[in-house]
Amino acid sequence: MSTETARPALTAPAPAGRRARGRDVAGPLDFHRRLWLRIVIAATFLFLYAPIVTLMAFSFNDSRRNIVWQGFTTDYYVRAWNNASLFEAFMNSMTIAVLSTIVSTIIGTLVALALWRFRFPGKAIYEGFMALPIVVPEICMGVAMMAFFARVDWPSGGGWPFNLSAVTIAHISFSFPFVAIVVRARLAGFNRELEEASKDLGASEWQTFRNVIVPFLKPGLVAGALLAFTLSLDDFVITFFTTGPEAVTFPVKVYSMVRFSVTPEVNAASTVLIVITVIATIFAVRLQAPDRQGAQ
Amino acid sequence: MDAGVVSGFSGMESWSRNRLVFWVLNLPGTVWLTAFFLVPLGIIWVLSFGEKTSIVDIAITWTLDNYARALQPIYLEIVWKSVWISAVATLVCLVVAYPVSFLISFAPGRWKALLLLAIILPFWINMLIRTYALIAVFRRRGFVNFGLEWLWEKANAALVLLGLGQYHLIGQDFEPLPLLYNNFAVIAGLVYVYMPFMVLPLYATVERLDKSYLEASLDLGASQTRTFFSVTVPMTMPGVVSGIILVFIPCLGTFLTPDLLGGTNAQMIGNVIERQFKSANDWPFGAALSFLLMYVTFGALALRALFAGRRQGMEV
Repeated sequence: MSTETARPALTAPAPAGRRARGRDVAGPLDFHRRLWLRIVIAATFLFLYAPIVTLMAFSFNDSRRNIVWQGFTTDYYVRAWNNASLFEAFMNSMTIAVLSTIVSTIIGTLVALALWRFRFPGKAIYEGFMALPIVVPEICMGVAMMAFFARVDWPSGGGWPFNLSAVTIAHISFSFPFVAIVVRARLAGFNRELEEASKDLGASEWQTFRNVIVPFLKPGLVAGALLAFTLSLDDFVITFFTTGPEAVTFPVKVYSMVRFSVTPEVNAASTVLIVITVIATIFAVRLQAPDRQGAQ
Repeated sequence: MDAGVVSGFSGMESWSRNRLVFWVLNLPGTVWLTAFFLVPLGIIWVLSFGEKTSIVDIAITWTLDNYARALQPIYLEIVWKSVWISAVATLVCLVVAYPVSFLISFAPGRWKALLLLAIILPFWINMLIRTYALIAVFRRRGFVNFGLEWLWEKANAALVLLGLGQYHLIGQDFEPLPLLYNNFAVIAGLVYVYMPFMVLPLYATVERLDKSYLEASLDLGASQTRTFFSVTVPMTMPGVVSGIILVFIPCLGTFLTPDLLGGTNAQMIGNVIERQFKSANDWPFGAALSFLLMYVTFGALALRALFAGRRQGMEV
């Protein structure tokens, strides 16, 4: 998604209308100065942000009823922290996200390198295959994972972190194709002559990879890893089908809490998750910006 | 190795030149995706031709009954409902996102990046949390009804002041609007969750649109309206199609939004699939429904590819 928007503008903003007509002072193409457009965009942002902002604000509200502002408190953060099952779910989510991020980043990078470096028969099919988890509806992938783990009789118990293995595997499956896309976008700016030069100078495959390709890829790797991290942390649908009662993740826990009632504890826990993902996203977006991190 | 390894064709190496490296790079992804994605889908596909023989046993009889059952009126009704709810949500997204992406594209540089980030950001926030946030806003004692009640009280006070209080022109008491647990809530939730999917492709095409065409059209005397319908809309069509497909497909397969925001009758295909796998425990039927949903998805994507291809052919 973001690859499409990261593309630099092909056209400079058109010069403001040369022939300003009587009332139309702003010029016919200065759409950003039109009041009704501004109202539309303001309303859109209100619609997008008001619920999230209220959710975050009311996590500090000193009232269980969550409706009228009663005063500032961090009580619900303490309560959420002390809520053993909620805390466990949060730690489960973090563990899964970290494990999934490590494996997804490695596999995704290898796939990106294979697609970047080699010509091989059936490459188009391979590319399509690697993009499949991105296009298959989440619920279909979720039920498929559920049926798969039931069929192969995957051990659901076991001590931590083995009880999280099924969910982690599912997360890796839908995360690493995204990492591959991000890393491949970064590789597109790589000068192949550097690789050649390194090999000409006697470096082995591994040395070239370690000392030439990885340093160049670093921003792409970090961006891909952050993407995998947020994807894993955010996923509800696929986890919902894959997980059992012994491995509840944070979103699944929130889901079961929301079904009962709306409580400020959920708000507090959600706020923490929002802050984590927003920070990770902003990092990823900055690292991906092509202008700032251009090919060295 | 010498430079001859790198062949002329776009600098890519042939895989047969360096088989070891090729397989090291290639195998992990292929094996993983085969084992933990393709095989699971294969299991579901086979299950969709099965029959339940007892509570836990499923016999694969290659029957088509599960697919036939999906065509029963009760399920067709749900399919139809999923389609129209998704269509309305997509349309609302399009109508709102078009001016928004237009404005972002014409905004001065610094604003452009900021506005774009502001559109993308909610997309990264957990979908469940966003849906939950919407509940607090929409419920009977939620913020929207709170605001409306406040307005009602002001209006009522004004009427009393004008001496019209006894007629109860705006009702005896404030009636909260039923905003939650109905189709309206589901549509609003879908728009809320999938709006960025519409803005991004639209923005990408508006951004690439050569603005001098618009100027030319205006200079030659066409009105803004005419310019919009004869120049802007046709030229941004690829973005419109992409956006429609990117929003419509996930809407069609959604399960969380109708589950949390919809009432008992606001069921969509996703909820039926979920029920087959969780409470109803009829996996073969759920598997068949999943595959039908997947075929529709792939059909829509193929349509998009076809459209994009034709478009490209025209422009080159």
